[in-house]
Amino acid sequence: MNTKALARFSFLGAIVCWLVMLFADVTLVFSSLKGLTPDIPLWLPKVMLDLTVVSLFYYYKFKIERDESLNFTDLLWRVFATGLITTVISLALRLFDFLLGSTMLSSNIFFIDVQYLVNLGLLLSFLMAAFTSWKRLILYQKSKWLIRGWALFEITLLIILLSDNIQTLLQEWILTTVGILTGLLALVLSANMKWVAYLNFRQKWTSLLLLLLSFFYLGYFFYTTNRLSDEIALQSSAFLEFRGHIFNIYFFSFVMLYSIFSFLVILFNLPTSSVFEQKLEEVVNFQRISQSVQTEQNEESVYEILLESSVSTVFADAGWLEIRGEQEQTRLQTHRISEQEAHKIQEHLNGRNVKGALDQSSDRTRNLSTHLASLRGTRFRSLMAFPVHVKGEKIGTLALLKELPEGFNKEMTQIVSAFANQAGISIENFRLLKEAIQIERYKEELKIAKTVQKSLLPTKLESAADFDIVAFSESADEVGGDYYDTLRITDHQIGLIIADVSGKGTTAAFHMSQMKGIFHSLAQQALDPKEFMVRANEALRYCLERGSFISATYFVVDSKDKVIYYSRAGHCPLLYFNEKEKSLTYLVDKGAALGMIKGKDYCNYIETNSISYNPGDLMVLYTDGITEAKSKKGEEFGLERLKQTISDVLERDPQEMQSHLISSLYAYTGTEEIDDDYTTMIVKFKERTIENQIR
Amino acid sequence: MVHIKRLLEDGADILAIVGEIDASSSIELDLTIAKSVGEGHTKILVDCSALEYISSAGLGVFMSYIEEFKDKHIVMVLYGMKEKVINTFQILGLADLLHIRENKQEARKLLHELSA
Repeated sequence: MNTKALARFSFLGAIVCWLVMLFADVTLVFSSLKGLTPDIPLWLPKVMLDLTVVSLFYYYKFKIERDESLNFTDLLWRVFATGLITTVISLALRLFDFLLGSTMLSSNIFFIDVQYLVNLGLLLSFLMAAFTSWKRLILYQKSKWLIRGWALFEITLLIILLSDNIQTLLQEWILTTVGILTGLLALVLSANMKWVAYLNFRQKWTSLLLLLLSFFYLGYFFYTTNRLSDEIALQSSAFLEFRGHIFNIYFFSFVMLYSIFSFLVILFNLPTSSVFEQKLEEVVNFQRISQSVQTEQNEESVYEILLESSVSTVFADAGWLEIRGEQEQTRLQTHRISEQEAHKIQEHLNGRNVKGALDQSSDRTRNLSTHLASLRGTRFRSLMAFPVHVKGEKIGTLALLKELPEGFNKEMTQIVSAFANQAGISIENFRLLKEAIQIERYKEELKIAKTVQKSLLPTKLESAADFDIVAFSESADEVGGDYYDTLRITDHQIGLIIADVSGKGTTAAFHMSQMKGIFHSLAQQALDPKEFMVRANEALRYCLERGSFISATYFVVDSKDKVIYYSRAGHCPLLYFNEKEKSLTYLVDKGAALGMIKGKDYCNYIETNSISYNPGDLMVLYTDGITEAKSKKGEEFGLERLKQTISDVLERDPQEMQSHLISSLYAYTGTEEIDDDYTTMIVKFKERTIENQIR
Repeated sequence: MVHIKRLLEDGADILAIVGEIDASSSIELDLTIAKSVGEGHTKILVDCSALEYISSAGLGVFMSYIEEFKDKHIVMVLYGMKEKVINTFQILGLADLLHIRENKQEARKLLHELSA
C-alpha cells in the first residue's frame, strides 16, 4: 500500500473511532441522566479516544513525517493550516449555537456534549499535526542519541495513554516515574532548535507569525473545551472528561512548550540572522569561483565573479581588479567606480610611495586606509588590497573600497583573501586545461603525421627472379624518418633505396615524402647511382633546412650482368655476405649524406661502387636505429652484434632472418617500447630457376 | 646532457664538449659556436675528448657551419674524438668535410697551416 492510501485509511479510522466515541459518550450521558444501566461498557469512550489518538498519529505520520518536500516554514504552515481549519469548524459550530439562541436545544446537555466532543476531536487533530511537525523539526539534525530519546519519549506517551484506561495496569509510583521521565524528555527534546539557524530573515518573520497564530488556536481550543466540559459537568459526570485524561495534559503541554521555545529562539535569533545569511552567501560565492573554471569560457569571467563576490561579501562600496596580462600590459576591471577615479587613487598611492595595492611585487594583503585619508576629493575612506596569485606568481591586485573609515574587519579580510586564492587556483586550473587541450591537439596532429609517414612506405616490394626481399619498419611513438622503397627500372634492373631523415616529428615525415618523390622520379631515369645521388642532393638543396640532412643508400640490381651498383650517401654501411668466400663484412666506402654540401662540389664526395653477386649472397640494409638501440645498461646494439646476429642464421630464408633480427633486438633492449625507428631490408640472391623465371 | 667549456688560448677559441649531444643538447652546441663566431673568432678548436655520443642532430650542427666558415675564412678543427664518435662522423661522410685531428698538438698545427 502506498503512503497516500495509508494516510486515508488511518484518517478514516480516526473518524470512525471518533464517531463511536461520540455515540458511546452520548449514550452514557443519557443513561446516567435517566438513571438507567447503560448497554455499553463504561470504558468504551475512553478506549475510542485512545484509538482516535493512535489513528491520528499514523495519519500525520504518513501525511507530514514522510513528506520529504516540506521545509521548515512549510511545516509551520501545515500546523497553522490545520489549526485554521479546525478553528473555523469549531467557530461555525459556535455560530450555529449562537443562532439557535436560548432555545431548548442550545441548553440541551446532549447537544453540548456533541459540541464538546467535536471540539475535542478538532483539538486532538490540531495537536497531533503540531506534534508530528515538531518531531520533524527536533529530529532535523539527527544523532543516534536523539533518535533514541525521541523513541523513548513516544513510548512513555503511549504508556500514559494506555494507563488512563486501565487504572490497575500500573501502580501509582510507576506512573509517577513515567510522568516525570516524560516531562524531562520533553524538556530535553525541546532544546533541539538547530533548524532555526537555517531560516533567513524573512522566513523567521513568517515563522513567528505562524507560531503566534498557532498559540491563538491552542488558547481558543483550550478555552472552548474547558467551558463546554464545565457546562456538562454541571448536569452529568458520566461524560468523557478530557481533563481527567493525563495523556491529553502531557500532549498539550509538550506542543505548547516546544511552540514557546521555538517562538523565543526565533525571536532572539532575529538580530543575528543576517550573519548566517552572510556566511551562506560567502559559501555560495566561494563555490561560484571554484566552479567558474568549468562553466565559464574565459579568464575574464573568473575575474568578474571574483570582483563581484568580494564586493558583495564585505559590503564594499566599490572595487577594482587589476590584472597583468601576458604582454606585461595591465587591465583594469572596475565595480561601481570609474576608471579615472581608480587611476587617481593609484597615482596618489604611487606618489606617496606606498608599496602594496599597486605594487605588483607585493604579495601581502594590505590595509591602506591610512594613505587614503590624505587624498582630497575622494569619497572613499577605507581601502584594502589583496594579491591574486597563479602558480606562485602574482598576476594581479584586488582592491576594495569603502566610504566608511575603518570599514574592513579581520573576518572580511580573511574571506576575501580566501576568494582571491580560490580565484588564483581557478585560473591556474583553467590555464592547465587549456594547455592540456593544446597538447592533445598536437598529439592528434602527430598521429596524423605518423599515419602519413606509414603510408609513404611501400605495401608491396618489387619481386625479381633471382633474389628474395623482405623489409621491416617500426617507429617510436614520435614520427620517424626512416624510408625504404623499390622500383623496377627496366626488365633486368631494379632500384632499391633505404634512407634516414635526420630529426624526428612532422618535419621528418615531410622530408621523407620529398625523398619518396625524388626516388620515384629519378630512379626511373635509369641513372648511375652516383648521378642519382648528385641529382637528389641538388633537388634537396632548397628543401632541407639548416642542419638537417638525409642519409641514404641507393642500389641498382642488374640481373643481366649479375652486378649490384650502389652509392652510399652517409648511410650506415652495407652488411654483405659473400657465399663463395663465406665472408660477412661491412663494406667501407666513401659518401657524404644528402644535404651536407649544397653545391656542385657534392660529386667529389660521392661514388658508385659495384659488387658482382652470386646465388647465396646476402645484403642486409638497416638504419642507425638498430645499431644504436640501447640495452638496459645503456650499451648500444652496435655493428658487431648485428653482424653476429645475422651470421647465426645465414642458412635461413630472408623472412626468418628478419624475424630473428627483430626478436634479438627486442630481447637486447628488454622493452617493447622503442625510442627510435627500427628499419631493415634484407635481400638474398638465389639460383635463377625455370620456375622463378616464369614468375 | 652536455656541458661546453670555452677557453681562449693563443688566439684560438677552444670549445671543450663534455657529455652527450642529442637532439635537445645540440641546440647548446649550435649556440656556443654561433657565439664564438659572433665574437669574431676565426680560429676555433673543438675538444671532443670528453664527447661520449653525438646524434644526427649534433652532426647537423657541425655540418651547418661548413659553408659559412668557408665564406668567412674561419677555421675549425676538431680533435681528440673517441673511436665510436669518429665512426659516426665517417659513416655520414662528415669526416671528409670537417678538419679532424687526433690530438690537440696536431690540431694546432693544422690550424696554423690553414690560417696562414
